This record gives sequence, C-alpha cells and structure tokens, in this order.
Amino acid sequence: MKAAVIVFPGSNCDTDMSYALSDFTDAETVDLVPYTAESVAEYDAIFLPGGFSYGDYLRSGAIARFAPVMQSVIAEAEQGKTVLGICNGFQILLEAGLLPGAMKRNKDLKYICRTVDVKVENADTRFSGEYEKGETLRIPIAHGEGNYECDGQTYETLKKNNRIVFTYEADVNGSTGQIAGITNEAGNVLGMMPHPERAMETLLGSEDGRRLFTSVYRHWRDTHVVTT
Amino acid sequence: MSLQLEPTAEEIHAERLYADIGVKDHEYERIVQLMGRKPNYTEIGLFSVLWSEHCSYKHSKPLLKQFPSTAPHVLQGPGEGAGVVDIGDGQAVVFKVESHNHPSAVEPYQGAATGVGGILRDVFSMGARPIALLNSLRFGPLTTPRMRYLFEEVVAGISGYGNCVGVPTVGGEIQFDDTYDGNPLVNAMCIGLIDQNDLQKGIAAGVGNTVMYVGAATGRDGIHGATFASEELNEDSADKRPSVQVGDPFTEKRVLEACLEVAKSDALVGIQDMGAAGLTSSAAEMASKAGTGIAMNLDLVPQRETGMTPYEMMLSESQERMLLVVEKGKETEIEVICEKWDLETAAIGTVKEDMRLTLTFHGDVVADVPVTALTDEAPVYDVPSEEPADFREHQQRPVWQPQSSDYNETLLQLLSQPTIANKEWVYDQYDHMVQTNTVVMPGSDAAVLRIRGTEKALATSMDGNSRYIALDPKEGGKIAIAEAARNIICSGAQPLALTDCLNYGSPEEPSIYWQMEQSTAGMSEACRTFDTPVVSGNVSLYNETNGEAIYPTPVVGMVGLVEQLDHVTTQPFKQAGDVIYIIGEAEPAWGGSELQLVEDGKISGQVPTMDLELEQARQQQVLAAIRAGLVQSAHDIAEGGLAVALAECVMGTELGADVSMKDDVAELFAETQSRYVISVAVEDAEAFEQAIPAARCYGTVTDEKVLRMKTTEGQKLIEQPTDELHHVWKGAIPCFLKSKA
Repeated sequence: MKAAVIVFPGSNCDTDMSYALSDFTDAETVDLVPYTAESVAEYDAIFLPGGFSYGDYLRSGAIARFAPVMQSVIAEAEQGKTVLGICNGFQILLEAGLLPGAMKRNKDLKYICRTVDVKVENADTRFSGEYEKGETLRIPIAHGEGNYECDGQTYETLKKNNRIVFTYEADVNGSTGQIAGITNEAGNVLGMMPHPERAMETLLGSEDGRRLFTSVYRHWRDTHVVTT
Repeated sequence: MSLQLEPTAEEIHAERLYADIGVKDHEYERIVQLMGRKPNYTEIGLFSVLWSEHCSYKHSKPLLKQFPSTAPHVLQGPGEGAGVVDIGDGQAVVFKVESHNHPSAVEPYQGAATGVGGILRDVFSMGARPIALLNSLRFGPLTTPRMRYLFEEVVAGISGYGNCVGVPTVGGEIQFDDTYDGNPLVNAMCIGLIDQNDLQKGIAAGVGNTVMYVGAATGRDGIHGATFASEELNEDSADKRPSVQVGDPFTEKRVLEACLEVAKSDALVGIQDMGAAGLTSSAAEMASKAGTGIAMNLDLVPQRETGMTPYEMMLSESQERMLLVVEKGKETEIEVICEKWDLETAAIGTVKEDMRLTLTFHGDVVADVPVTALTDEAPVYDVPSEEPADFREHQQRPVWQPQSSDYNETLLQLLSQPTIANKEWVYDQYDHMVQTNTVVMPGSDAAVLRIRGTEKALATSMDGNSRYIALDPKEGGKIAIAEAARNIICSGAQPLALTDCLNYGSPEEPSIYWQMEQSTAGMSEACRTFDTPVVSGNVSLYNETNGEAIYPTPVVGMVGLVEQLDHVTTQPFKQAGDVIYIIGEAEPAWGGSELQLVEDGKISGQVPTMDLELEQARQQQVLAAIRAGLVQSAHDIAEGGLAVALAECVMGTELGADVSMKDDVAELFAETQSRYVISVAVEDAEAFEQAIPAARCYGTVTDEKVLRMKTTEGQKLIEQPTDELHHVWKGAIPCFLKSKA
C-alpha cells in the first residue's frame, strides 16, 4: 500500500499520522505530500491530517479545500480510493463536499484536549474492520470546532445507511447524535474528529487507534494482493 | 503621505523628550558622551529600548552573575536565544522561559499568545525543534469579573497560539493571590530538541555577508514594548495597549518550519528572533557578539503599513520575524526555502567591519551608532538594598498556630482553593498530546516526554511559591529550586538544569532590591547543591500597580532526564495493598502555608526551613529507589501538606488509603520541605526500607474508595470518600468561573 499524508500549510499532525502508518502497518510507502502536489493518483490511500490549515482563521478547512492538491484528492475519492480525514482533515473533507454536514464551535466554546470514550457503531467499513461493533475505544480528541452539525434528513440517511462509524459515549462537544466519525455514501471516505494516530502506544495512554490503520491496510491487501 | 514631524536632536535635549521613552537624565548624558554628539530621534529610540531593563538587565546583571551557569553537561549558558544541555547520544535540549506580564495585564489574549510565540522563536532560532511548552501563571483571586476575564483570556491566548503551532503545552502551574490583582504574571517556557551538530547562534560574522529579513512584515504594533515592560503599571496602562503585539500562529508555524530547514543550510551564518526591541536588538546583538557592524537600508524592510518612519520600523515588535546573516552569494538558497513556506524575505543589509549600526532611509543616513554603545556600554546599576522592617518582624513573631479542629472540613476547604484545585479547566484547552511524545500528561508532579528513537525521556516542571519568598526571600528562593528538583525526581528523572524568570517589583526600591538579592542568593545556593545550573532566563521588573509591588516571584523551569522509560513514575496510587511510606518529619512552621492563608486571609511568620544537604540526599535516595524498580507512585508533599498530598494520590483512581499518624495538625497540613508520599508493592517493602531508612510506613492503599487518616490510637482524623474529594477538587475552578458576582 502506498500512503500519502497531505501536508497543508498549518498541518501539525502530519508526522504523527506518518509514524502511525509507517510504524504500525505494513504500508510499503508513506509519503508526506505537499499541498502544492498536482496529483495523488499514484497512492492507494490518502490521509488528511489534523492541525490548523491556513491558521483556520476562517471556518476550519474553508481555505484548505482550495489548496492545489485537493482537486486530485476529490477526483481520487470519487473513483473509490480510500480517503481518511482526521480532525482538521475531517473539517477539510466537509468543506470540500466529500462528506455531508458542517462543524460548529464546541458547545462550551472552548478547545478540548482529552482522551474520551468512542463507540464503534459500524465495524463493517474499510476503516473499522478490525474493531468489534459496540466496542468502546479510548481515543484523544483535540479540537475547538468539532461540534458536528447536519440537518435531520441527513442524520436519518447517515443512520439508515450505517454511515455513522464512531460516536462519543458522552456529549463532549455538542455534535448531532454524538457523531465522532462518518463515511460518504460509497464508504471509501471517512472523516473523524478523534485522533487515532495519538492512540498507537500504551506508553502514551492507549493503543486503541492502531486497528483503524491496520483495518485500512488489510482492506487494501484483501482487495489488491492476490494470494497464491 | 508625509512623514510625521520628528523632534530634532536639539529639541530632544532641550525638552527632555528622552524621558518620555524611559531614558533617565544621566543615561542621556552618557549616550551623548558615547556618541560624541546629541542623538537624533531614531538614535535615542534605539538606546531607549536596548538600555531598558528588559533588554539590558541593568538592575539585575550583578545578581544574575551569582547563578552557576556552567557544568560539563551545559553546552550553552545564558547569552544566546536559549540554554543548551547535553542529553547524550549527540542530542541536546534547548530551553528558556520568558515573561509577558505587562502585555497580558492590558490585553490578556494577545499578551499571552505572543508570549508563547516569542519563546518558541527563542528556541527554534537555535536550530532546535520545539517539543514542549509550559507556563507559569499568577492571578488575583477569581472573585472579581475582571480577574476571571484575565484568567480566561490568558488561557485562551496560550491555547490559541500553542495549539495552532502544533507544540504540546504539557505542564505548568498557577497560583492565585491578592498580590497579583493588578499585575498578573504570564511566564512561558519552551523546550526544544536538537542534534548537537545543528546548533545555531545569533552572530553577524563575516564582513560582507548579507543581512536577511524573514517572516511577517513590519507594522506599528508593539512599538516600545520593551520599554513598557520596564515600567510600573498604573491606571493609564490601558493606553499602552498599542504596545502589545498581535500574534499570528499560522505564520509562526511556517517561520518555524522554514528556520529549521534554513538551519541545515551551509549558507546560514547566524540567526536571531526579532523579539523585544525587534529589529534594533536583533541587529545590535548579533553584531555585538561577532564584533562587527551592520549597515541596513530601511527602505527594503517589508512593511505592512504605509509611511512608517525609521524610528517605528526599528522599534516595532511585530511578531513572527527573524533576522538572518547569510553567506554572501548564497542568498538564493535561503530564498528558495522561505518561498516553499510562502514567507517573505528581503536582503536588507550587510555585515561591516566598522562595528557601527548604520541605518539609511530614503537615501539619508538616519542613524549611525557604535554597536558597543548600544549593547556592552548599557549601564549597570549598583542599587542600594535595604532589609525591610517587616522581615525582622515576621522572623520574631511567635509560631503561628492553626485554629482548625474539623480536619475533614479543612481538607475540603484546602482542595477547593484555586491554587490547589484541579487545573483541568485550564489544560484541557491546551493540546498536550500533539507530536505524540507525551508520556505523563499535565496534572502530575512533572510532565514527561519520550525522546523518539531512544529509551530516554525528559521530565519538566515549573515551580515558584512566592508566599515563602515574600516572608523569607532567601529560604523561599532555596525552596523554589528544591521543589522543582523534587518534582523532577518524583517522575523518575535526574534534574539537569533550569531556566528562571525573575518577576519582581521596582529594583529602584531598596527593599525590593533586597528581596532580589536574597532570593537569588538562596536560589544560587540550591542550584549549586543540586548541580542544576541556570542556563537561560528572563528578568521582569517593575511588576507594580499604583506603587504596590507583587510578591517577589522567581519562577523556575527545570528539565531532567529519565534514563529508561520504565523509570517513569507518577503520583496516583496504583493498586490496593501497596504500602504507603512517608519520607520526612512534619514540623510546625506555617508561614506562607495554604492553611494559614485559608484561616487568616494573609500570610505571616516563619516559613518552613530548607536543609539543602538533606534535600539533595533524599532526592538521590528516592531516585535510586525508583530506578531500582521499588516505587509504584511518588509525590512530593507541598501546598496543603500531607492530607492534600494523599488526596492527590487517590483522586481520579478507584482506590482509597488507610493511614495512621500522630495526633498533630502539623502532620496533616504543614508544608515542611523535603517530604514525599511513596507507595511500594508489598513484596518490595523490605528492599525499599533498606534503601531509604528514613521512610516510615503510614498505612496501605485500599480498594475501598475512601481516604482514612487516623491517629495511632485509632481515633479518626479524616474520613472522606475518594469521589467526594475529587468532586470538590475538580469543581472548584469551574465553579468560580460560573459565578456572576
């Protein structure tokens, strides 16, 4: 698997994401790809990291969606390639229209950095195959605008089609339906606010994030590697 | 747009205009003497900022000299952007603390944010990647809307800047006291990691080399920030809001990444942050250190406002700017890197042999000053010092006696004091995990960061209990260093070195200068005992409001090394059945204690004594026991004494504790120094007792979630459910912030 971690100006979880992929999966290549890249077509999976792209002085992700690389990211996503956005990456995917809904400021209007309980709602996606449905994960959140908002109809659609992959066990930020992560209709694009790349080692508090990355890797292997 | 009319050199002299920008009469005369003529407006501006206390340390230099600053492991002591300490394997840690008190008092969000920005630049200008931020904050009681506003906005400013740049804020400390009501303190510390080969310095060497400007354009913000920082606050201080800079963490992040790339380039000769006193200090200091001169054409300085004068450009403290000296002919290498990060660069000057700072503007020479006059010739004052009358008075008072009789109630009261209460409301707003190295998060005695690719880790903590120092500056100074070292020890690390931020009132007041002398003497003595040199620091004087000075508040930021990750130790108890040991006897010295403050509303009398030899011996015993794998949890006994320390060991866990002790209020709440609470697995108890003979068994960790403290005769002293303690401790600060009164 060739993985691209996109570096926007202001991304700051890019190296953490890159470590998560290179140290804990068998991905053959993990590249930090600058926001100016014209194409990401050569990669099998595309990762949008957390941070404050362009300072997030406007709505989070609202400028990054115009970064040169995004055209290619959108094209690859539409062709079914794996695209994962974490935190600011999720916000960018929303702004780019690859996922429905929007982010508001946390209900307490404050940034929150804390490890929280995240529930696996759907273990049948390429991002969550190695988890059990209903399982509770300990994963850090770190965001000021993670209050996921969508209209009632969208919420019903997300629910009906099992596109809600992760929810918070408690109402940490005001998100509709305590949503922590959703996929697009085709299931190849996931956006999530919690940071699985920060939950890779018990030394740092939790390794519950590992299986998200190994799920992505396994999905790629199962669909691309012919076993003899 | 025409230039505003500036006063002539004659007018500056005749009308004493220099006094308005903080230059004293005799200083002006000395400037005239050094220059051989009267300075023009731009030139007097250069002197006013470089000769300010903030830049020249003119009142504190003699005191700073007493600090030990060398040791075999110290690679760079004070004098550069930050101190550098060897941690083996060819790596080093780079760290420094800086104050942003005055700006934060008038514009808390930007004041605190730019404090973080400035200290980050001090560290990455050395070529080091910033890996951690800490902060030490002081506020008045949270009982007024204004203080709650300052507190909330300072925290928001630190959060807004640090989180965006992507450097984790891993620790710090906060105290609340009336003394900071008009003059809160905001001290920020940054730690960087570097391969020793990549170390950079701020020097303008090599005649003919190019002086380059990198980063944000220069505006009119922060003009005279350094001068403002060297004055007392008063009711007009709000008018100084234009002296406060505005931060742009997004640009900082790009400047950071660009500078770390630039640092690897052969083209770079020297690099320095344009911090306090902006372009003036970076140019003058880099030239001074290299024994060269710099000629700059101010027309080439990137500007974001029109019609800026040389005076404004030189004194602006616009943020996120760096000054580089680049090998002649290799400017393109630097430009290419900066372009990649979408940063503006400009070659604005040349290194000269003449040891002068020469500025041209619109074709005219607007300033021409000997570099040494600005830097090395800055005055140093031998200030009179006088022991204040109340010091003797406090020493001679009879020993203070607590009135407390309901110990349960007292413990809950102590836990809800904002100084002791849980600070989650604060550190939840700081991204303390980005970069994925934070092993021990905020809330323990020290934060711990692993060093990727090794088995080592860094421990770091900030401390400085000013109440002790107010009553007894020398003893209090020793305690400040000792407590920081103790916190490092409790986390399983050997203290290496420290940075300090010396926050005091006006040094021109003899009793305050005496506080400075005494406290720094106590600190120096402690540093020598622990072999923890002072490798960097900052002095913040004139912390006064309407003539009322703050308590003397030196703040210590210490860094230690964990040799093996499995030595990392934290304060919560780990499992039921573990034996609880207390090291050190309680003594009834209550001056400056939390209990005294709760009961009297003020502090008085004698502070706990500090026996440095004993402290050092115990520290090493505890560290040896930790390294031998004998320790489950370690916590020092500090504010609120043993009862609070034990509560801190159980709160947030599923455990309780049963301990018995003498029937003595000092046992429960005294803040006697050099004491620890340590829990040990039953099977290790014997070995632990042999390793630390002074350790006394007080009881055991239980799986019943209750903290029980009783006399050796079995009489109840304190009995509180763990959850109730936790509830009170955790709820105190949010409760203050919700109150509308």
